[in-house]
Amino acid sequence: MSSNVITVSVGQTDAKPWVDELHQWLATVDHKRLGILYIVSALMFLVIGGVEALIIRIQLMHSHNNFVSPEVFNRMFTMHGTTMIFFVAMPVLFGFANYLVPLMIGARDMAFPRLNAFSFWLSFLGALLLYFSFLGGSGLYGAGNAPDVGWWSYAPLGARAFSPGHSSDYWTLSLLVSGFGSIGTAINIIATILCLRCPGMKLNRMPLFAWLNLVMAGMVLIAITPLSAAQIMLLIDRYLGGHFFDTQAGGSAVLWMHFFWIFGHPEVYVLIIPCFAFMSEIIPVFSRKPIFGYPVMVAATVSIAFVSMSVWAHHMFTIGMNSYANSFFTLTTMAVGVPTGIKIFNWIGTMWGGRIQFKTPMLFSIGFLFQFLIAGLTGIMMAASPFDWQLSLSYFVVAHFHYVIVGGILFALFAAFYYWYPKMTGRMLSESFGKWHFWLFLTGFHLTFDVMHVPGILGMPRRIYTYEAGRGWDTLNFIISIGAFIQAVAILVFVANLIISYFKGVPADNDPWDAWTLEWSIPSPPPAYNFATIPTVASRRPLWDHKHPEDPDSRYE
Amino acid sequence: MSARRTKSILSRGWQIVVLPFWSTSALWAVGPDDTPSHGTNIFAPASTPAKSIADLSVFVLVITGIIFVVVFALLFYSVVKFRERVIDAGREPAQVYGSTQIEFAWTIIPTLIVVVLFLATARVIHALQDAPEPAGAVEVTAIGHQYWWEFRYPKLGIVTANELHIPVSNPSHPTPTFLQLLSADTDHSFWVPELAGKTDLIPNHPNRMWVDPQRTGVFLGQCAQYCGTQHAKMLLRISVDRPEDFASWVRAQERPGVENAGAIPGRRVFERNACMNCHAVGGTPADGRFGPDLTHLMSRTTIAAGAAENTRDNLRLWIQNPSAIKPGSLMPAMKLSDADLDAVVSYMETLH
Amino acid sequence: MSGVTTSFPNAATEWRLPSRGKVAMAGVIIAESAIFTIFVVAYLFYLGKSITGPTPSEVLETPIFYTICLLSSSLTIHLAAKSLVRDFTRLFLGLWLLTIALGGLFLYGTAQEWHRLIYERGLTISTNLFGTTYYSLVGLHGFHVTAGLIMLVIVALFGLGGRVGKKQSGRIEVLAMYWHFVDAVWVVVFTVVYVLGR
Repeated sequence: MSSNVITVSVGQTDAKPWVDELHQWLATVDHKRLGILYIVSALMFLVIGGVEALIIRIQLMHSHNNFVSPEVFNRMFTMHGTTMIFFVAMPVLFGFANYLVPLMIGARDMAFPRLNAFSFWLSFLGALLLYFSFLGGSGLYGAGNAPDVGWWSYAPLGARAFSPGHSSDYWTLSLLVSGFGSIGTAINIIATILCLRCPGMKLNRMPLFAWLNLVMAGMVLIAITPLSAAQIMLLIDRYLGGHFFDTQAGGSAVLWMHFFWIFGHPEVYVLIIPCFAFMSEIIPVFSRKPIFGYPVMVAATVSIAFVSMSVWAHHMFTIGMNSYANSFFTLTTMAVGVPTGIKIFNWIGTMWGGRIQFKTPMLFSIGFLFQFLIAGLTGIMMAASPFDWQLSLSYFVVAHFHYVIVGGILFALFAAFYYWYPKMTGRMLSESFGKWHFWLFLTGFHLTFDVMHVPGILGMPRRIYTYEAGRGWDTLNFIISIGAFIQAVAILVFVANLIISYFKGVPADNDPWDAWTLEWSIPSPPPAYNFATIPTVASRRPLWDHKHPEDPDSRYE
Repeated sequence: MSARRTKSILSRGWQIVVLPFWSTSALWAVGPDDTPSHGTNIFAPASTPAKSIADLSVFVLVITGIIFVVVFALLFYSVVKFRERVIDAGREPAQVYGSTQIEFAWTIIPTLIVVVLFLATARVIHALQDAPEPAGAVEVTAIGHQYWWEFRYPKLGIVTANELHIPVSNPSHPTPTFLQLLSADTDHSFWVPELAGKTDLIPNHPNRMWVDPQRTGVFLGQCAQYCGTQHAKMLLRISVDRPEDFASWVRAQERPGVENAGAIPGRRVFERNACMNCHAVGGTPADGRFGPDLTHLMSRTTIAAGAAENTRDNLRLWIQNPSAIKPGSLMPAMKLSDADLDAVVSYMETLH
Repeated sequence: MSGVTTSFPNAATEWRLPSRGKVAMAGVIIAESAIFTIFVVAYLFYLGKSITGPTPSEVLETPIFYTICLLSSSLTIHLAAKSLVRDFTRLFLGLWLLTIALGGLFLYGTAQEWHRLIYERGLTISTNLFGTTYYSLVGLHGFHVTAGLIMLVIVALFGLGGRVGKKQSGRIEVLAMYWHFVDAVWVVVFTVVYVLGR
């Protein structure tokens, strides 16, 4: 524990010199503070990545635009993708896991608090390395530029011959470093969940949040590491004269693709499964019913984890695999839709027969359900590999994955923010700001990403800095860009809400939502030691048992 | 008529593959045959691969559409019917934990849907990828470069760039074009949406695709796999010609480079500077392979892989300063004097 | 820390959970196995695909002796851990130092082989696909052996200072898990490179 202050006070009323406060934050090993560090740094990079997206959208507003040069555009889409996946989505989800997992299982901290801090700072260092490239990555076109090889850095584009200078080395190193941080956090989450649960909390009594983060952490161990391995190979090629991906020496560009996507596909499940975790905690509370089908939800998630390790080459349908390979990956990709669909049905089943409260977390959750359904269905379309031979590498794919990441992951994250912000800060977020945020973002999101499917169908490839007039893409791109700006405004509303509510929000007590998991049994914000006495639980919803002693869950489990 | 059909098994097998698609042409986007230029809409197919993909896509869209409607209806209904009303405040609804029968139902049904979708898809995969090459097929080798396309017709001895000419095909007398796809540098992807799905060009990994366009005209496309700075301007123009027009194009391409006395000063500029290191002109010592073959430059509508119209002014600008048209292209600015520049452009204009 | 056992007034049975050190080390092993798998896949995929240069059968010599050293070090570390549980600290220290010596011998053997390959046979990491994949795979393993040896040496120093006793046996077991993993990886690498690869 970082804090050896003996205060038992609930509020943050210390009048410490700012230097001490800063030192506490920088030297902390407390899972709650590290969680907040992860979340705040992720929000910072969300804004930076968003600016990169806006630059892309301004350039694409009409054909033959010259807002930025092709070199700058190519750096923008590379940095946008890399930032959003590795320095926004992964950290923010690790941050929530860090904050909430110990609280939900009745523990005082993560299993390895110092490893926790180390992992966070590795992640942050990785982000700094990536952005240092703007200053330090000298390429062919002058001093100081960011990588421009796309966030996949396909071979041989990433080789020395085609990417001279250091820009793509910053990409490689930054992901290698933050990858090790991710592995550290994953090990920590697994050890915490398996070794620090409070008495009575058998594995089948854990909140689904803990289960799903356990599955996610297990996936991180075997999904991130192939990327680390591939990047070590790339560095060997670039610096030691190796030939792993050197097609002139008989090497294989396709091998890089396999290694990358063996990482890349499970990675997106690593990103979505914690969001399933958010939904599985929030939807029950605002439907006033327990989650429908707890054991099935666990089984479905575990099967998603396994099946998702077998679908990776659906990102490679156009590279010329034979018909048997294409058929195999078509089958597995369609198959992974079955357990995923089951989860959607179970969430709807949770709402069914309930008493739904449309507070902001629930609004975002309903948005998640609607959009994740659509995103899953466009995924099934592309699972049919011949259909993918047209749709792949076009704006249809870009629309699909933004639908999952923004319409799914980001909406679930917004729900999580509104739900757990009171616990973390002791203040409620403003409901009216929240509704403005929701409706503005929903409008901008659909304007951009619904429309974006169409240019793909009309033949517009991705990663192009400009396009020909007369293909029918102009007006569509214009509308898409307008939607992007609306989303930007909504994000500003959200950030304003976060900041203003911290100072002026309605104070929150232990349990503002009348919820059922252990984190709501302690003060908001929690004291450094979390629980005064480690609780003992007898069911999946210990606070329900506490509030309804005449009808406890433990009687039915 | 039947006597003129080739009797080879390959050709027969070909017809078995192709004919069924064209006999049910319900999804034809009807357009006049002599439309000068087609678009890039994947749902306006003009060739068997694109058409069978479009047909399969409609099937998939219908099924996913039904799934969407059903699940959305359930979601919408639950949001409306089970919203909290004022009179409910303080009372919790029935705490239902799950239902094994319902879980079975919504596991079995999606699994069956997956089986159906997969079987329908697998048929199309095999039909398109394992189609045998018939005897009368035109063969083209496409080689991707940063940022232009090299096209060779190995059986005809033709080399050209960026603009492909192929004959129109019809189901009763098929003349498809089979392309072998190679790359000289990084990964590219050949995508002409109305003719076929895309296939990548990957170094050290030859690929194969085919098209059998059923309508004449010019079909547009472009590189779809990010290949570097000017990926966006690696455009494709496929001219699908009537058989007689294709034959005369082939004859023109097979002629050696035009020798024109008035153009000799320009030719000397071309050969004295570094031009011939990268470019080839048939019938002259210029034999470079790094850049496009210029033997029949004037038979092309555009230059720089579609980045500009093929006019004297554009040619002049391109040679003088390629970055003005395509910054990041690997053609260097030649830094010629005005007189040399004009001479060499005049020389280019004789290369029909 | 080993598993926590506490009795609560309400709890009907003892609440035993696994040791966090062992769970964490299992996680490390899983992650590292994935990294090694990718390097092994690359090695197998590129067998026979080098365009030039020496082939495995031309230049490789099977390192039987050094393999025996490394695999025996698994036995000695296992015995060391067991003797520490029984508080035989001197026996533990002797076996521990023997483990380090055997591991060090293995590394020396690798260094010797590489010296021969580079200077006598002209095989470097940049020679051809075989060179690249061979040095990367064997080198990655050697790196893990080195990291393990560093940790073993640190423990040996504490042991020589009399600080390692029965209470540290849990941590010693965790470290032994890592060492066993390194040996298991060598079994795989050995099979792939010196048996299958020729």
